[in-house]
Amino acid sequence: MSVLAEVAGNLGAVGYGLAAIGPGIGVGIIFGQGVQAIARQPEAYGLIRQNMLLGFVLTEALALIGLVAPFIY
Amino acid sequence: MVVADDFKAPGPSIFDFPPLYDGAPYWLTKPVLMALFGAVVVCALAWSAFANPKLVPRGMQNLGEMGYQFVRDQVARPFLGKDAERWMPLLLSLFFLILLWNFFGVIPLIQIPVASHIAFPIVFAITIYVIKIYLGIKHQGLGGYFKNMMFPPGLPKPIYVLLAPIEFLSNLIIAPFTHAVRLFANMFAGHLILAFFSMVGFWFLFEKPTPLGAGLGVVGAIMTIAMTGFEMFIEFLQAFLFTMLAAMYIGNSLHAEH
Repeated sequence: MSVLAEVAGNLGAVGYGLAAIGPGIGVGIIFGQGVQAIARQPEAYGLIRQNMLLGFVLTEALALIGLVAPFIY
Repeated sequence: MVVADDFKAPGPSIFDFPPLYDGAPYWLTKPVLMALFGAVVVCALAWSAFANPKLVPRGMQNLGEMGYQFVRDQVARPFLGKDAERWMPLLLSLFFLILLWNFFGVIPLIQIPVASHIAFPIVFAITIYVIKIYLGIKHQGLGGYFKNMMFPPGLPKPIYVLLAPIEFLSNLIIAPFTHAVRLFANMFAGHLILAFFSMVGFWFLFEKPTPLGAGLGVVGAIMTIAMTGFEMFIEFLQAFLFTMLAAMYIGNSLHAEH
């Protein structure tokens, strides 16, 4: 059977690409909503930024695990 | 493609360093030396800023107080409240040590972010982890600590079947893991990106200059400059986030209501 399509190269790179999809969307939502919240309530800037960074940090962890996983396995 | 066949992108091997001199112990490498150097510099800066405080600050004291104020207002107070001052020594030294270690990644001739070797962030994360559990058990009691952690009040009973294991896992296993890996992975990836773009610039402009490849080399050199700026921002942000998370973990152990 002839090969129609083939993925060549490092599978770790492909895996990281897949792992970055979800956190990418998540980080976009967090900062989008954060900016919207600041626009609505500029006086709550400090509080919103704290929580925005917290959410960013937790979401980003997934992408970072995706980056590290190819080096572990 | 333009002589790209011979081009070798830098891999994880750029983080391997030989011992400093012949006959040195195998662990005495450049990152270890830089880690010690960074610790000494932070001590010296803190000494020159705070050893002999004046009512009207001048010179180094101005700079030190700016840094102190930043860490206190942005990191300590939002998470620790009235306990902020007690934890400032830990948080301030943590922040400045990590910041300096990260900035080593873009300082010429040093050019190795110390935290890109995972052993260094792991030590910090374990320290914070031990402090967190010790304080939690001390302030909330052994049972109370785990109860507050796994069974936050005010939820319907069946939810706890799902929630308790998730909370246990995320607080005691995933939190310290990501705490260390976040700093490590950002520095690791950032250093690789810088190495890659500067390699592209060097290869296509100096090593194998060709009319077609020169454009690519210029792009590589420009990207190196742009990425250095971006890297400095990331390095600052990661030092800030690491300290912020440390303050949050400590704060959660001190006050049960969160």
